Amino acid sequence: MTVGLEHYLILSAVLFCIGLYGVLARRNAVVLLMCIEIMLNAVNIALVAFSRYIVPMFLTGQIFAIFVIVVAAAEAAVGIAIIITIYRRRESVDVDKFDLMKW
Amino acid sequence: MSSIVFWLLAILTVGAALAVVILRDVFRAALSLVLLFLTIAVLYVTLYADFLAVVQILIYVGAISILIIVAVMLTRDVWHGSPPGKLRVPALVVSVLLLGTMIFTVVSAKWPTSTEPPMQPTTAAIGNSLFSQGGYILPVEISAVLLLAAILGAIVLMREK
Repeated sequence: MTVGLEHYLILSAVLFCIGLYGVLARRNAVVLLMCIEIMLNAVNIALVAFSRYIVPMFLTGQIFAIFVIVVAAAEAAVGIAIIITIYRRRESVDVDKFDLMKW
Repeated sequence: MSSIVFWLLAILTVGAALAVVILRDVFRAALSLVLLFLTIAVLYVTLYADFLAVVQILIYVGAISILIIVAVMLTRDVWHGSPPGKLRVPALVVSVLLLGTMIFTVVSAKWPTSTEPPMQPTTAAIGNSLFSQGGYILPVEISAVLLLAAILGAIVLMREK
C-alpha cells in the first residue's frame, strides 16, 4: 500500500487532536504554548500534503505554510512575553490562577 | 521504501507529540517538542518541500524551541511540573470526537489527486511567487509589519518598570 494524501491528512488530524487535548487538559501555560505549536505544525503538514498531491505544479500550500510559520513565530514571542510578565507578578504559570479578568 | 520511512516518521511524530502532552516534567516535554519539530522537517522532505524543511529546522528547531526552553527555565515551575487540569475527561472526549470526525471526513472524501510529478527544487519557484507582481508580495509586507509589531510588543511587555 503506497502512502498517499489520506495518510498525511490522518497524521495531521492525529497531531491536531493531541495538541487540542493538551491545550484543554494541561495547566502549565508554557505547556499550553507548546501544544499550540503542535497544532500549528499539524495544519502545516496538511497544507504541504495538499500542495504535493492535489496541485503539484503550483506551490500554493507551501506558501500558505510559510505564512503560518511567520504567524506562529510572532505568536510564540508575544505569548512567552505575556507568560513571563504574569509569572513576575504572580509567581506562577498555572493557568487556573490567571483569573485577573474573571468576574 | 518511502512507505517504511513514512510509517517510522509517523510513529516518531505521534510519540513525541504524546510525550509533550503527557509528561509532567516541562523540560522533558520541551525536548520532545524539539524531536517533533525535527521529524516534521523530515516529513516535509518526503513531501518534496525542501525549502520548507530547511525553514522548519531554522525557525522551529533553531528559534522557537530555544525560546520555549528559555521560558521553561525563567518560570521556575520546572520542579512543580505540569499538573493535569480539572477538565481532563471532557478534553479527552472532545479531542477523540473531533479526531473521529476528521478521519471519517478524510477517508470518505473523494480527493482530486493529480498524478503530475512534483516540482523538484522549490526554492526558486517559492521566491518567484512570493516576490513577483501578481504573487504574494502584499502578504509578505503585511507579515513584515506583523513581525515588527510582535517584536515591539514583546519588548514592551518584558521591560522592567
